[in-house]
This record gives sequence, structure tokens and C-alpha cells, in this order.
Amino acid sequence: MNPDLVILLTAVLVSTASALLGSFLVLRRMALVSDAISHAVLPGIVLAYWLSGGKATLPALLGAAGSGLLTVSLVEWLTRTGRVKNDAAIGIVFPALFSLGVLWVSLSFRNVHLDLDAVLYGEIAYAPFNTLELWGLSLPESWLVMGGLALLNLLFVLLFYKELKLSTFDPSLAAALGFSPGVLHYALMALVSLTTVGAFQSVGAILIVAFLIIPPATAYLLTHRLPALLSLAVGIGVFSSLLGYLLAVWMDASIAGMMATVAGGCFVLASLFSPTQGYLTTRLRRRQQRLEVTARLLVTHLAHHQTPVPEEEIREEFGWDARFLQQVKQKALREGWLEASEQGLTPSSKK
Amino acid sequence: MELLSQLFIDYTLRNVALGSALLGLIGGVLGAFALLRQQSLLGDVLAHAALPGICLAFLLTGSKTPSLLLLGGGLAGWVAALGVLAVLRHTRLPQDAALGVALSSFFGLGIALLTFIQHNHQGNPAGLDRFIFGQAASLLGSDVLGFALLGGVVLALVGLFYKEFKLISFDPDYATSLGLPTRGLGILLTSLIVLAVMVGLQTVGVVLMAAMLIAPAAAARQWTNRLGRMVALSGLLGALAGVAGALLSASRENLPTGPLVVLSITAVVVFSLFFAPLRGLFWQGLRNQQNRRRTELERLLLDAHLLANHGRLNPEELALHRGEPLPKARRHLDFLKAQGWVEPKEGGFQFTEPGLQKALALKETLRLRS
Repeated sequence: MNPDLVILLTAVLVSTASALLGSFLVLRRMALVSDAISHAVLPGIVLAYWLSGGKATLPALLGAAGSGLLTVSLVEWLTRTGRVKNDAAIGIVFPALFSLGVLWVSLSFRNVHLDLDAVLYGEIAYAPFNTLELWGLSLPESWLVMGGLALLNLLFVLLFYKELKLSTFDPSLAAALGFSPGVLHYALMALVSLTTVGAFQSVGAILIVAFLIIPPATAYLLTHRLPALLSLAVGIGVFSSLLGYLLAVWMDASIAGMMATVAGGCFVLASLFSPTQGYLTTRLRRRQQRLEVTARLLVTHLAHHQTPVPEEEIREEFGWDARFLQQVKQKALREGWLEASEQGLTPSSKK
Repeated sequence: MELLSQLFIDYTLRNVALGSALLGLIGGVLGAFALLRQQSLLGDVLAHAALPGICLAFLLTGSKTPSLLLLGGGLAGWVAALGVLAVLRHTRLPQDAALGVALSSFFGLGIALLTFIQHNHQGNPAGLDRFIFGQAASLLGSDVLGFALLGGVVLALVGLFYKEFKLISFDPDYATSLGLPTRGLGILLTSLIVLAVMVGLQTVGVVLMAAMLIAPAAAARQWTNRLGRMVALSGLLGALAGVAGALLSASRENLPTGPLVVLSITAVVVFSLFFAPLRGLFWQGLRNQQNRRRTELERLLLDAHLLANHGRLNPEELALHRGEPLPKARRHLDFLKAQGWVEPKEGGFQFTEPGLQKALALKETLRLRS
């Protein structure tokens, strides 16, 4: 099978599966929990590896999902004791678990194929070599794992769309109406853990955070509606994967790293040019509004004069420099509020 | 003991221990402020964001001098921090998402650059990736000296701006109203954390740096309610954990220092959470249990007093009144008798003089309370 196709489809599946869940993480202000989970799955993977004595996908998935849930529970327990804040709890739990994992790897698996580089950024380039025989077809393992997870996440979001929406935006109402936000919360966390581990072989445990968080955060800057957010997030994730792959091949660099970089680039563009809250668009809009208000002020001022007012007089009166006056004048002329003549400026008769 | 003596003889071990101790000290002191400002995970983001800076520094200069690479890393971390602050000010994105985006996109870029260097660069790029997990064993005397210098700068600045940092940690609005440059001070504090991260990259690495900033402060917070003591204690605990981690990793072969330092400080956190006086969870549990026992005893005394007033203080009536099994009611009455508060009489029990006073005093207190 064409290796490019295998890698690309794997990447598309990873982005889809992650963006769907990541959207809810961003909306629930739990973006950094995914960071914690992604680090903390390491001991779970090592444990499963140790128990099964080799590369078996299912035990690794279960072990890592278990340690993901353990992380979330520990963080929540620590927060509930009230002794440390939520962010500090995250920052205490995941380095400890990650350290345990690293320590374990360096103690027991010195010569085994479980190197730490793969933990960090995975090797999606190996995806074509791991195949499974199924129905007489030789399919890449990554397609099956990530395809299954993408499907599972999609089903979860579609089936529990209403519940997720309600418990995300108004948890107290959800609880009052008899949904159980707790169950949904842990289901979401379990899926995040599963997806993290599933993507572990492809993009590594740490870069999965980029796939989970960046596309939804970018979409968050672009829209206010949940369905649009979900589809935009998936779209941005898929786009970053494709472009990232091309760039990585061109530069001969880590594919997953490049995909994360492209996603980061999308976020920068969105934060600069988003129609509603982009930095540059906001600045432009503010400038326009300022000019409009000033032009109105000028017209009102001129209306009190019976005769045309020379430009110098206006500049002196308002303390404006020549350039600013020209900008205001152009604006007012464009709107048809002013008439310019040899003697100076007068308000137009319409206004 | 043998390890301790080696600490003064063995060059590598001494460097590792000193380096980790300095890291713990700096991280602890700065972490105390970061914890109070609820910016604990900023250090995590800065550490991850340093990776592309390290790679760029190598690409631009071709040198592997640690100080140069760390300077690049520090700059990249600083850019990431300012980026996060700008995004938070100009968009509606929540803080955690902004931090997550900065962390993962910078780290992704770092990984891409790292692999790019490994695949394309002539010369010998090996060793750049040691910053990811840290490699304390490679610390040289000159590195430690550099750490000490950075640590001195950090401590001096914290000492100089102690009052201002205290104010912006507890009441930023008040600080602004006093005319303090709150934003500038915040950026200064963030820049100091960047320095701490530069020290940490070589010792514990990108991934575990977060713990060095959070854990000592979180542990110290449990022991005191005063900022000065907390900062000092946090630095001390961090330094001790650094030395402990270094010694542990030297005790056997193939033990990485970074994870052991982190696990040492985590152990300190767990101990503090449970056993620190005042805030310790263990003491709180104990207090809760004592309170529960006292309340139960008071209720028993009141119930018994009520029954005694009607002259019906016997096990059967007590069991009926309290809805408990007969043997339990017998045990309760025996207990009251052992306290000397009731004494047997025909057909049951009656209150003794001390027991009566006790019950009446209790009733009086309850009446006052309600």
C-alpha cells in the first residue's frame, strides 16, 4: 500500500479524533488536563508493556487509559482538599507520574524497543510497516486503532451532543435536570486518555496535546457556535496535518512536530485576523470607529459656524496634526457630511 | 553515609548535587510567587517553549556551548510567555487554552527543528535532545558556576522587589491603584522564571521543569501562612530535594537524576499535605473524628438525662429511644457508669451528682449556642 496514503490517513484520523474531544476540553477550561493526561499515560504504557511482555496494543490502551483516569482523579481529589489550586494540582501530579514512567523505563527496559524519543514525538513514518491481516486484507494497524477511536469519539459527540452541550455551558442546570455531569465528565476523560494512547505510536504522547488543543482553540477565535466550532476544529486539524506532512517531507523533519507547528501557525493567523477578535482586525475596526466619531465631532463643530472655517483654524482649535485632519476630512467627505471649498470646510446641507 | 562523603570528593556527583540544589532553590523561591499568582503552569509552558530556541541557537551558531543554547531557549520561552499574555489581553480565549496552545505549538516546532538538525546537519548535533529529559551527569563545574550566578541574580532581584512582588501576588488591583507598574512587575517575575527554566533545562529537562516550580511552593504553603517564611521554606525544600535526588541517582547505575529529583520533591509534597500542622489532612481527619466522638457522647448524655428525668433510664428504654440494638444500649450505659455519671438502682439507672452537673452544664451550653 502507498506509504504516503497510510501516513496521511492516519494523521487525518488522529486530528479528527482529537479535535472532536479537544473542543469540549477547551470549552470546559480543561485544556491543561489533556497535557497532564498525555504525560501521565507513560507509566500506564510501561506497566502494560511490562505485564504483556511485548508490543500489544490492547493492554497498552487499557493501561494508559487507566493511568489517564488515575491522573484526573488525583488532580480532582487534590483540588477538592482545598490545599492546592487546580493548576498546581495538575503540575504536581503529572511530573510525578511521568518521572515514575521514565524511571521504570530506564531501570527495566534498557535494551527493549521502548525508547523515550518515541514517547515524545512518536514515529508516524513507521505506520505503513505495522499491518494487520483482516478479512484477507493487509491493513495498517494505525488505521484500525485511530479509525476506531475517531468513530468512537464521533459517536460519543453525536449521541451525547445535547448532554455535552448542556453540561459544558451550564453544569448546574445539567445537574438540576438530572443528567449526571460526573459520569459524562469521566467518560470524556476516559476517551481523552484512550485517544492519547491510540495516537501515542503515531504522534507521541506529548504532541497529542497540540492535536487536542490547538485546532479547537483556533476555531474558538473564529466562531461562537458549537456546531461550527466542532467542524472548524476538525477542518483546521485535518488541514494542519496535510500541510504539516508536506512540509515535513520537504524539510526531512519530524512529521508530527511539523503538523503541530502548522497548527500553531493557524492559531497565530486566527488570533491576528479573526473577524470578531483578531488583534489586527480589532485595531482596524477601532481606527475606523475613532475616525467616524471624530468626523461627526468635526461636522457638529462646523455647524456652529456660519461661514466656512479654514483648515488651520480647525487644527489649532482641536490640536490635531495635519495628517490626522486629512484622515478625518477624507472620512467626512466620503460619508458626504462635509463640503470643502477655497475658504475652508462647511457641513453639507444634508446633515 | 558513604554517599555523603562522596559528595565532597566525587567531581561529577558534587556538580550534579550542587546544580540540582541551586535549581531547587531558585525554582522554590520563584515558584512561591507563581503559585500565589495562580500561574503555576506558566513554568511548564516556558520550559517546553525553550526547545525551539535551543535548536535555533544551534542552527544559527553551530556551537553547542550550553550557555549559548540556554540563552536561545530562554529567549524562546520569553517570546512564548509574552505571546500568551498578548493573546489573553486581546482575545476571549481562556487562560488554560492559551497556555496549552503555546506549549504544544512551540514544543512541536522544537521537535521539528530537532529532527531537521539530526537529519540534515553536518557536524555533530548529538546531545541537543538531552535538554528534553535533562542530563545532570553532564554538568560541568563551569555550568554550576553559571547556575550560581543566575541564582544570585534571581535572589537579589526577588530581595529588591520583595514588597512589590508580595503586593502583586496578593492584591494586584490595590497594587495598580497605588501606581505600581503591575504589568511590568508581572513581566519581570515571568522573566525571572525564564532564568529558572534555563537552569532547569540541563538538570531535569523540559518535561519535568514544571514540578520544580510548583512542588516546593505547594509543600511550603502547607506549613505557614506567612509569605516570607513560605518563600524561604520553599527554596530550602527545593534545594534539599535536589540534593536528595542527586544522591539517590548516584546510589545505583542507570538512574536518571531528573525524575528522582522530581519524585523526592513530590514525596515532600505528599508528606506536607498530610502531616503539616494546621493544614495537614491527617490532623484534620483526626480533628474530625474527635469532634464526631464528642458529639456522639454529648447526644448520649442528653438522651440518658431525658430518660432519667422520667425515671426510665434502663437499657430497654434507651435502645427504644435511640433506635439502636439492645446490646449497644447496654454498652452505652456501662460506659456512662464507668465515667461515674450514672449508678445502678433497682429497675435501671440514675444520675450521680457529677453526671447531673455535667448534663445540666451541657444543656446550658447548647441553649446558649442555639
